Parts: sequence; structure tokens; C-alpha cells
Amino acid sequence: MKVLLGVGGSEDSIRAVERTVSRAAAAGDELTVAIVENDDADRTREEVEARVEEILADAGVEAEIRHLEGDPGSRLVDTAEEEDFEQIVIGGGQTSPMGKINLGSISEFVLLNSHVTVSLVR
Amino acid sequence: MSESRRYPEEIAGPFEAPPFAFEDREGREIEIRPHDGSDEEFEALVEMYTAFDPADRAQGIPPGQERRIRDWLDNILAEGCLNVIAWDGEDAAGHATLVPDGDASELAIFVLQAYQEAGIGTYLMEVLLGHGAENDVEKVWLTVERWNRAAVGLYKKMGFETSDSESFELEMTLRLSDG
Ligand SMILES: CC(C)(COP(=O)(O)OP(=O)(O)OC[C@H]1O[C@@H](n2cnc3c(N)ncnc32)[C@H](O)[C@@H]1OP(=O)(O)O)[C@@H](O)C(=O)NCCC(=O)NCCS
Repeated sequence: MKVLLGVGGSEDSIRAVERTVSRAAAAGDELTVAIVENDDADRTREEVEARVEEILADAGVEAEIRHLEGDPGSRLVDTAEEEDFEQIVIGGGQTSPMGKINLGSISEFVLLNSHVTVSLVR
Repeated sequence: MSESRRYPEEIAGPFEAPPFAFEDREGREIEIRPHDGSDEEFEALVEMYTAFDPADRAQGIPPGQERRIRDWLDNILAEGCLNVIAWDGEDAAGHATLVPDGDASELAIFVLQAYQEAGIGTYLMEVLLGHGAENDVEKVWLTVERWNRAAVGLYKKMGFETSDSESFELEMTLRLSDG
């Protein structure tokens, strides 16, 4: 399957990378990792890219890594639709100190606007 | 999660501190007491949350399996957290909690289905905030699903104001004391 994985750098997005990469290793998915802007994340883009490369190398998975500029949600949806991806994968939300799950604005936009199947990783 | 939450200028309250006893609208004698750390209390909460209707979950809590409920309770009953429980005799009917988060605390409240709409939630909130104030909690925040009318109404009644309405969930805040 042709999968577009959106990563902003928050904890849940890194967990989504780990899961999606190990799934890709098992299922042979064709994976593209799109690094997007996320003001809420603590990591810089370079740190995010380094972390993604590390996860890919550990799993022995090849994937294209891209940087998407501009509004993260709409850029992910556009890219997926224009390039015939079959699925968008994103993080499943941040967990508060209480344990409540909160969806970020990127996930909200992608869920509501994508015509491509969206997978949230928990 | 944004670290720069807006809080109301004005201090809310005053609120009743625990213990607090009352008769609910169904005529049950209910007493609200702070968390005492006993095993009996822990087991009563596990029982309450195991019986909790999944339809009444809020943003993934309480979790759905006993093992996860125990882990979650360990986390929110830990040192530094403030908890009050509404008792109907030996049974836990409701529970409200303040979990520290930097210089503020995150709040959540749960009333078991059979006890809802009898006024217990209102008293639990009141007493939790009273307990927070007596322990010098300054700022309280929470998130809530927009469609959760009972909870949003209850929070507003206590003085919570909406601080962020741009996300999926509403974020609300309250100033409890000046520390
Ligand atoms: C929210 C909750 C704690 C309220 O507890 P409760 O014991 O039913 O509360 P009360 O009986 O004191 O009622 C509080 C207010 O909510 C209103 N209310 C209660 N249930 C309601 C419902 N199903 N629909 C609309 N309003 C409702 C009451 O009318 C009351 O308003 P009023 O003071 O203007 O009359 C309870 O419904 C609950 O546990 N819900 C599931 C968990 C949850 O969503 N928690 C909040 C997020 S952490």
C-alpha cells in the first residue's frame, strides 16, 4: 500500500512513525514520510528528520523523506490526493497529565478534509 | 498542548471544603471525603470505573479494562494529586481529581450513571475546588468535548471560562487562589 505518514515532531507523531515503519517492514508498504511544521512540538525539523532516519535504519526500511512547507493539514491532504496515496497516517493525539486524549488541529483538519483514508495511531 | 493558557483575572469561589455530607435528589445519603490512600478506597474506585458506561467516557478516560483502570488510578491518585470521592455507604458514586501540571492542575470528574442528575456532580466539583483552594492550588484547567452539555454546564456554573475554542475539545480555565 502507498502510505503518506505525516510527522510534526510531537510525541504521538514519533510513536506513529515507529508503528508505521514496523508495519511497513512487515507488509511491504511503500512509505513516504512528510515532515510538516508543528508549532506545538518541542523538536526542530532537523531533529525530527534525524529521529525518522534512525527509526527507518533500525527497521531496515527504505522511505522517501520530504519536507512539506506551509499549512500542515492542507499540505498533507493535497499531497495525498494529488499523488494517489492510499492512506494518510498521523499521530493519534497527545495525552494530558490526567490521561485525556487531545487531538491537535492538524489531525482535526486532516480527518475532516481528507478524501483518502486516514489512520490515527494510538 | 499550549503552555500559555489564559486564566480569568478573578478568583472563583469560595467553595466548600471536604468532608461534606448531603442528601441527593433521590434521597440517598452521600458523603464527599478526600482520598485517604487506603486499599478499600482504591478497590471501591476500581469497582466504580469497571462499572462505568463506555458511552460516558471522556477523551479516552476512564480506560476500558481493569488492568488499565488500575494503572490510570495509580497515576491520578499519586502523591501531589488531589482527589475527592462521593460515597454512598461503602460504594463510590463519584470521583473528582486535580492532577498537577506545572504551575496549574488539570481537572476531571466522573459520576457513576446510576447516580447522575441527582446533584452529586455539582457538590463534587464544589468540594474538589474547596479542597484545591485549601491546598493552595492557583490555577485549574480542563478540556471537554463540546457536545458534553452536562459537563460544560457544570464547569460554567463553577466559574470556569472558555480559554481556547479552536481545537476539537473546548479548553476551560479557572483561577482558584492567589497561592
Ligand atoms: C458531568 C457529570 C460529572 C455531571 O454529574 P451529575 O451528578 O449528573 O451532575 P448534577 O446532577 O450535579 O448536574 C449538573 C448539571 O448538569 C446538568 N445535567 C446533568 N446531566 C445532564 C444531561 N445528561 N444532559 C444535560 N444536562 C445535564 C444538570 O441539569 C445540572 O445543571 P443545573 O445545575 O443547571 O441543573 C456526569 O454527567 C458524568 O460523570 N459524565 C460522564 C463523565 C464526564 O463526561 N465527565 C466530564 C469530563 S471529565
